[in-house]
Amino acid sequence: MVGKLLPAASPPLSHVATSGSHGEDSPYFAGWRAYDDDPYDAVCNPSGVIQMGLAENQVSFDLLEGFLREHPEAAGWGGAADDSGVASFRDNALFQDYHGLKTFRKAMASFMEKIRGGKARFDPDRIVLTAGATAANELLTFILANPGDALLIPTPYYPGFDRDLRWRTGVNIVPVHCHSANGFQVTVAALEAAYEEAAAAGMRVGGVLLTNPSNPLGTTMERSVLEDVLDFVVRKNIHLISDEIYSGSVFATPDLVSVAELVESRPDVAERAHIVYSLSKDLGLPGFRVGVVYSYNDTVVTTARRMSSFTLVSSQTQKTLAAMLSDDAFAEEYIRTNRERLRVRHDHMVAGLARAGVPCLGGNAGLFVWMDMRRLLLGGGGEATVADELRLWDLMLQEVKLNISPGSSCHCSELGWFRVCFANMSLDTLDVALARMGRFMDRWNKATTLQEKH
Amino acid sequence: MEPASSRQTASFPEPSLSEMARSAAHGEDSPYFAGWRAYDEDPYHPVTNPSGVIQMGLAENQVSFDLLEEYLREHQECGAGFRQNAVFQDYHGFRSFRMAMASFMEQISGGKARFDPERIVLTAGATAANELLMFILANPGDAILVPTPYYPGFDRDLRWRTGVNIVPVRCDSSTGFQVTAGALQAAYEDAAAAGRRVRGVLITNPSNPLGTTIERAVLEDILDFVARNSIHLISDEIYSGSVFALPDLVSVAELVEERAERGDHGIAGRVHVVYSLSKDLGIPGFRVGVVYSYNDAVVAAARRMSSFTLVSSQTQRMLAAMLADTAFAARYIRTNRDRLRERHDHVVAGLARAGVGCMRSNAGLFVWMDMRELLDEATVDGELRLWHRVMTESKLNVSPGSSCHCSEPGWFRVCFANISLEMLDVALRRMNCFMETWNQTRQQLDI
Repeated sequence: MVGKLLPAASPPLSHVATSGSHGEDSPYFAGWRAYDDDPYDAVCNPSGVIQMGLAENQVSFDLLEGFLREHPEAAGWGGAADDSGVASFRDNALFQDYHGLKTFRKAMASFMEKIRGGKARFDPDRIVLTAGATAANELLTFILANPGDALLIPTPYYPGFDRDLRWRTGVNIVPVHCHSANGFQVTVAALEAAYEEAAAAGMRVGGVLLTNPSNPLGTTMERSVLEDVLDFVVRKNIHLISDEIYSGSVFATPDLVSVAELVESRPDVAERAHIVYSLSKDLGLPGFRVGVVYSYNDTVVTTARRMSSFTLVSSQTQKTLAAMLSDDAFAEEYIRTNRERLRVRHDHMVAGLARAGVPCLGGNAGLFVWMDMRRLLLGGGGEATVADELRLWDLMLQEVKLNISPGSSCHCSELGWFRVCFANMSLDTLDVALARMGRFMDRWNKATTLQEKH
Repeated sequence: MEPASSRQTASFPEPSLSEMARSAAHGEDSPYFAGWRAYDEDPYHPVTNPSGVIQMGLAENQVSFDLLEEYLREHQECGAGFRQNAVFQDYHGFRSFRMAMASFMEQISGGKARFDPERIVLTAGATAANELLMFILANPGDAILVPTPYYPGFDRDLRWRTGVNIVPVRCDSSTGFQVTAGALQAAYEDAAAAGRRVRGVLITNPSNPLGTTIERAVLEDILDFVARNSIHLISDEIYSGSVFALPDLVSVAELVEERAERGDHGIAGRVHVVYSLSKDLGIPGFRVGVVYSYNDAVVAAARRMSSFTLVSSQTQRMLAAMLADTAFAARYIRTNRDRLRERHDHVVAGLARAGVGCMRSNAGLFVWMDMRELLDEATVDGELRLWHRVMTESKLNVSPGSSCHCSEPGWFRVCFANISLEMLDVALRRMNCFMETWNQTRQQLDI
């Protein structure tokens, strides 16, 4: 290898490059690394770490594979002078228009409508494509806020936001604290408190960012709460970003109430409402990098479209997925089957944890449960600290060999909660994880009982 | 294709957008893009619209698709492994794909440069790669020195979201538009006078819009300059596979290795290369760009930052096998070069017959056409008037040098690889007519 760097000779890098805002020093990522070093395999490494910290959806690939087998033209190309209607390689390979393939935008709009049971309409011309929701969220932050401004985000929230929304944008996150007393629902008081906290710190608030359904909670936002949030953003004249990346994973009532539904009846909200979507979770295709910025504000659409030049979706991928998602019968069957399978997984997980004596927050969506281990932090008197939670997290990782995500990495203001993913592994692996959990809780209970006896 | 307008909101206050969103740094108000719009509104078609605008302002490579199509037909397995593919979002990228890219880049250099797959960071196109490097190497308000004329897209790509300034390094025809030490120094002083800290130099080699490769001696001067001033060098080598005549490309990669062999290891930490498959393979839609850096900290930062602009794993998988096939790659590179040379020579000859000269060039997908003699005055306005005449009279969308920040008016970039040979000949005939008309008018005026 050429040119090994000598520190003295290196010219400086930017503040952005040298800041820690890339976020990788969090336990969220440390757990991933531990998994990478010692990954579970049923045959080769049965005592390895089981990855439960990765919110991927692997339960429905066979449906996608089936479609591609039956429709090989979706992943291939027509000939140059072809009447098949299938785009030629040449035309597809040349297409770099930041408007995106019209057929694909129509397919995405249609898919988003189906997910919401037809309760909201999506205009393909308001869809801006980005390489993943990661890019979509950052794009909106660049467009809606200046460096030094703040976005208000209900806690607990997806750890990746710390990087995605702040790193290159210079925008701050001010948490909207939520608590288990009301199922972690957002309250107007919490929103107001966050707004005042930002103001006190001299930050202009650009908007509120919700994730609905919530990551890491796995719950959908109640209609009345959403209306309250909308009233709040109107009152403060700020923006609302609704990241609905998990919208296709709602497997039990209450149905998702999307911002899209409410906007149609609230003209005061339109210019400030923006939705983020992606196929990474619902279709389980994070590698294909398909994200959406959907805005009711024309200027935001135009600007986002221009800015998407830095993060376009591969035209090859647009073409393949356009074919798949514009097949109405397939799309409907997929949504239905995927939900069903997620429900089965979720219920299996919750039952297994219950047998082990570990409760979860009641959830109806997402690829994970929000597990309540507060009981294990108590004892020894005094208030639990983040260090206590991290000790428990480390114990789970090192002894139980389960990589789960500590609530503190999601900025939860209550200690003892953990996000545990259930859709990124086989059912057999999930059962191994549940068995390990059961044995761990047995040991814990016995140890605790012994202590109490003394 | 504007969205359907939202319902009447006159009575509701609108929340503001950021300064970035409201700025014009997206760059779309330039004549470069105005010409594209004129083409979009009235595109040439041999049958349905023979008097439409011919698009000669788009540097695409359409001459070698058949080679790629044939490969994919014969290697259907390029799409295998759906499931593993679909979940793979690791910002390191597929190892197989990075190895294939490194191999391809080495083959393009004729084996004169080595590329380490571990130093390759993948981005969704060179657009993203260049912006990424700006975020990493410079702070808002800092300056990057860029030799003129340069690719109009840089105004947006390097500046819009980064807040970095471009300070031009002025080149002119007296040196064949080659960069001089004097011009670099002058630009550096311009930046300092404006209170801007210079962070680096960004060169495009081969050059867009000139179509020339940078001479070895000039490249050495540039490296000395960045070393002396303790700044970075970005070499955008997106056209490296399109060098169709001597002199061969001298890549900075070669010079870094040569200097290391001579015991100078200090330069490496400053040098970063950008590459992409958009031009050499003609696949801009697939979004494959590369940041290649000899600086470990830059590689690490770039890799993390590429999270915002990853290459589709589906696309990585398809291309990995193709580019790792060294026999195919060698044949592709050779054939593509030959076809580009033919096109280039055809255009140059056709323009010469029309009485229009071009700067001598050996690379790229365009020629740098010299219409200085046709200017009514040697100013940007004069050039734009001439451009307007070319557009309206001959319906050729060529790119005015001023949109490339050329300090010498009268030059135009004319693309030749994005249209069929037939269309090219129609364009050349129109140019011929334009020049005949021009000469007649001038003769009449002289009388």
